[in-house]
Parts: sequence; structure tokens; C-alpha cells
Amino acid sequence: MNAKWIIGTALTVSLATLAIPAQAAESALDAKTTEIIKRDFRDKGIARADRVNQDELQSACSKYLDKLPAKLKTRLEAEQVQSIKWPADGKYMGDWKAGEKLAQSGRGMTWSDKAEDPAGGNCYNCHQLSAREIAFGTIGPSLLNFGKKRGYGEEMQRYAYGRIYNAKAYQACANMPRFGHMGILSEAQIKDLVALLLDPESPVNK
Amino acid sequence: MNTSNVKKLILLLALATSGAVVAAEGDVSDSDRIAQYREMISDGNPADFDEMRGEELWKTAGGPKLATLEKCDLGKGAGVVKGAYAELPRYFKDTNKVQDLESRLLTCMSTLQGSSAEAIAAQPFSTEKKPSDISSLATYVAGQSKGIKMAVSVKHPREKEAFEIGKRIFNYRAGPYDFACSTCHATSNVRIRMQDLPNFNIRKDAQAAYTSWPAYRVSQGLTRSFQWRLNDCFRQQRFPEPKFASEATIDLTMFLAVSANGAAFAGPGLKR
Ligand code: HEC
Ligand code: HEC
Repeated sequence: MNAKWIIGTALTVSLATLAIPAQAAESALDAKTTEIIKRDFRDKGIARADRVNQDELQSACSKYLDKLPAKLKTRLEAEQVQSIKWPADGKYMGDWKAGEKLAQSGRGMTWSDKAEDPAGGNCYNCHQLSAREIAFGTIGPSLLNFGKKRGYGEEMQRYAYGRIYNAKAYQACANMPRFGHMGILSEAQIKDLVALLLDPESPVNK
Repeated sequence: MNTSNVKKLILLLALATSGAVVAAEGDVSDSDRIAQYREMISDGNPADFDEMRGEELWKTAGGPKLATLEKCDLGKGAGVVKGAYAELPRYFKDTNKVQDLESRLLTCMSTLQGSSAEAIAAQPFSTEKKPSDISSLATYVAGQSKGIKMAVSVKHPREKEAFEIGKRIFNYRAGPYDFACSTCHATSNVRIRMQDLPNFNIRKDAQAAYTSWPAYRVSQGLTRSFQWRLNDCFRQQRFPEPKFASEATIDLTMFLAVSANGAAFAGPGLKR
């Protein structure tokens, strides 16, 4: 046993004991944050106070941001894949014109929206889609020429459907909402958006 | 600035934010356009009117106790307004709380003037029909820090804790869209539609964003407080409503204000 080894071990041990109170302080802060959030929000319009309650994925992504431990990430993504409800008729394509309207609409689910107002897709808030619409956001990647670049086949249609239904099945802490999973868009609406991305006649591919 | 200039400006900006001009001008972002108009009105800002209204309220006896707010301690001693906003939020011994500007104004309005905090909090923001007193007071007090460097402290353990919790609230994902502040404000050089989004993890962005509120919003024709800004972002986040001047909003403000430390306060600002 050499001196270096002893110092090394002593250091590891003392660091480990230091790490415990630090971790405890971190989780105390996490707990206090949740307590404050649960107390300090209230119902307004359709946005009920219980919206601040997190599911496991939301909680993990808040804590680890985009650095989820690998095992947790794999498990969460597998669970999200499991929860995708694929179209019963096995068809993924709807009407791209209806899809374009949905993509344009940024409405939905805020406390200033009415329960009867249908939610839009918010797609242009974050993505470039058709070349004609220049007021697009850039939080997500450009989807211009999506079909032309990626192919129009059934595999790609299924992928697009899955992405829109539940983006977290592909990337646990993605910034994109889970439109199908959270009941924001219906199966038919998601098909219309798939068509917007993958119909050769859609402005996305023109 | 005189009223005809204000009217001209409002018209210009209303036009600029309408879809027609967006299409005609190509992909000039809203912030570029705002910068152009800001230059054109460098002699003033419609928020000046709200500042004056706030000053009047500060100096006029009111509330059941018919007192002015001139003895209000905003952290730099009773009655000191100059530079106070640049050091808020901070810990206050008398309330044993970390408070932002609006929550501190609530304290003063209830202790000095005898007004009910609940009644004031019931109309925290201005509407077209009715200006909000607490919002005007906030514009006045903030304006008295113009040009002063942001120096918000986290020395007191409670201040440090508020900052830490604020940071967690910033990253707290929930609701039907899984959004957190960080969904929209933790990446550089991104925008929603044509609205550029500050990245609060980058000091320069945080400074520019934080130091420009309260601000006159041309699209609404109203001067808006920082509490309003948070409230509207929580709306866009699809969250329920944060209670006015609640601990959650104060802690979040603490995180953002500390992120802006070192920059000269530049508000009241002007926004689309
Ligand atoms: C709040 C932002 C946001 C909104 C709203 C949003 N997305 Fe996304 N989207 C993203 C981000 C970010 C990615 C990048 C990958 C990731 O993080 O999952 C992405 C990825 C995608 C992809 C995969 C791209 C690829 O190269 O494989 C598709 C397809 C997509 N989005 C479609 C849509 C559609 C259709 C809508 C509207 C219903 C939409 N998105 C709404 C942020 C958003
Ligand atoms: C879904 C998107 C979204 C979310 C989530 C969001 N914001 Fe924003 N935020 C915006 C947009 C868009 C703007 C541009 C201002 C506007 O509305 O004109 C903005 C502007 C701001 C500004 C003013 C920046 C400036 O320079 O004037 C601040 C401060 C801010 N947000 C803080 C927050 C905080 C804190 C949260 C979390 C409570 C948050 N935002 C959540 C979209 C969002």
C-alpha cells in the first residue's frame, strides 16, 4: 500500500461524505420548489391548478434537463412508445390542407382559450414548414421539404405520426409537446399533419 | 414626448405588427423593427405617462390611513426610491421575506396606508378601462433606477434560497404542453414565429431582457409590470395562473434579476 493510495482513498471517502449533505440540500430544495408551486398557482379559465402536477417524465426532465441518466432515458422513452395509440385503420395520411390550417394556429389550452375552442398545432411557432410562410419559429428544426428529403413511404408516415403523437417517445426531454398523448390533437388531426409533411402535393414539398 | 408623437408611434407599431407588413418586409424580426422605432422616439416613451401617474400616487395621501407612500422602505431605507429597483428582490427583516418590487409595494400600501392587500391584488394589472395603481407605482419606482447597475444580492441565506428555487421554477416542466420557461428561454438565437426569445442562461440576453421591464406594450397600448410579464409567459406556458406577488413569482424574479446583474437598468422599456 503506498502513500498515494492512502491519500486517494481518504479523499474519495471524504468527498463521498461531503456529497451526502450536498445531495440532501438539493433534494430539500426540489421538495420546497414543488411545495411552493403547488401552493402559488390557481385555477383560471380552463387552466386548472392541478396542471402543475408533474408526470414522471416531466419531473425527470425538470431535474436533469437534457442530461437524463441513460437508463432512465431508455425506460421513459420505451414507456412513451408503449403509450402511442396508432390509427386503428393502419392509415397515417389525412388532408394536407386541413393540416396546414392546424399548423398555422397557435391557439389552444391557455387560460384565455375557451373549452370549446379547438386547439391548433402550433407547428409554425417552432418550425419552418411551407416555403410560403415566412413567419416561422426556430425552436424546432426546419421541416421544409420534409417528404422530398426523407421519402414518402409508409415507414416515414408512421414515424411522423408517432413524432406528433408523442415526441418524447423519440427523445425523452424533447421540447416538442406530446400532441396525441396529452389529448391536444385527435387522431384525424394528426393524420392531417402527417399529410402536410408527407403528401407530395403539400406546400411543404413544393 | 408630446401626445401627437405618441399617437404617431402607436400607429407605426400597430402597422408593423400586423401581418400585412410582416409579409411585405420579409423576415425582419420584431426586435429589429422595434429597435428602429425606439430610435425614432428616443426623446420619450409612452410609459412616461404611467411613471408620472405612479409618482403622483406615491406622493398623494391615500388609503384608510390617508398616508403617502413616501416613508416606504424599498430596501435602501425609508423613502429611498432612487436605485431601489436595481437591488430587488431582496430579504426584508420586518416581513421576514424575500420580496420583489410589487410584493414590497403591497406591504407598504397595507402597513402605511391601511389598504387591504387582497383588494389591491385583485386588480394587479392595468386594463384598457382601468389603470392599476400598483402597476403604475411599480413603473415609477423602477424608473428611478434608470442608468443604475443591477446589483441584486444573494448573500443572505434566504436570498440564496430564493435564487435556487427560482432556478428550479424556471426549469419546471408541467401542463398539457410539457413546457417550462426553459423550453422557450434556454436556447440562444431562437424565436417563436417572429418573436426573438432571450436565453436566460446567457448573461447578455438576461440583462437585455430583464432591464427593459416594466415596458409600454404598443400592441396593447398599456404599460406592463414585470409581474405582468411573468403572468403572460405562464399563460403561454399553458400553466394555471400564478398568484400575484406570490413566493413562486418572487423566487423566479430573483433568479432572472441575479442573471441580469451588472447591467445598467434601462427601463421603462418599449415593446411590440
Ligand atoms: C414548442 C416547440 C415545438 C412545437 C410547438 C412543435 N415542435 Fe416539432 N420539434 C420540436 C423540436 C425541438 C424538435 C427536435 C427534436 C426533439 O427535440 O424532439 C422537433 C421535431 C419534430 C419532428 C422530427 C424532425 C426530424 O427531423 O425527424 C417532426 C416531424 C415535428 N417536430 C413535427 C411537428 C409538427 C407537425 C408540429 C405541430 C403539430 C410540431 N412539430 C410542433 C419543437 C416543436
Ligand atoms: C411557449 C413559449 C414561452 C414560454 C414557455 C415562456 N415564454 Fe417568456 N416569452 C415568450 C415570447 C414569445 C416572448 C416575447 C415577448 C412577446 O410576447 O412579445 C417572451 C418574453 C419574455 C420576457 C421578456 C423579454 C424581453 O426582452 O422583453 C421575459 C422576461 C420572459 N419571457 C420570461 C419568461 C419566464 C420567466 C417564463 C416561465 C415562467 C417564460 N418566459 C416562459 C415565450 C415564452
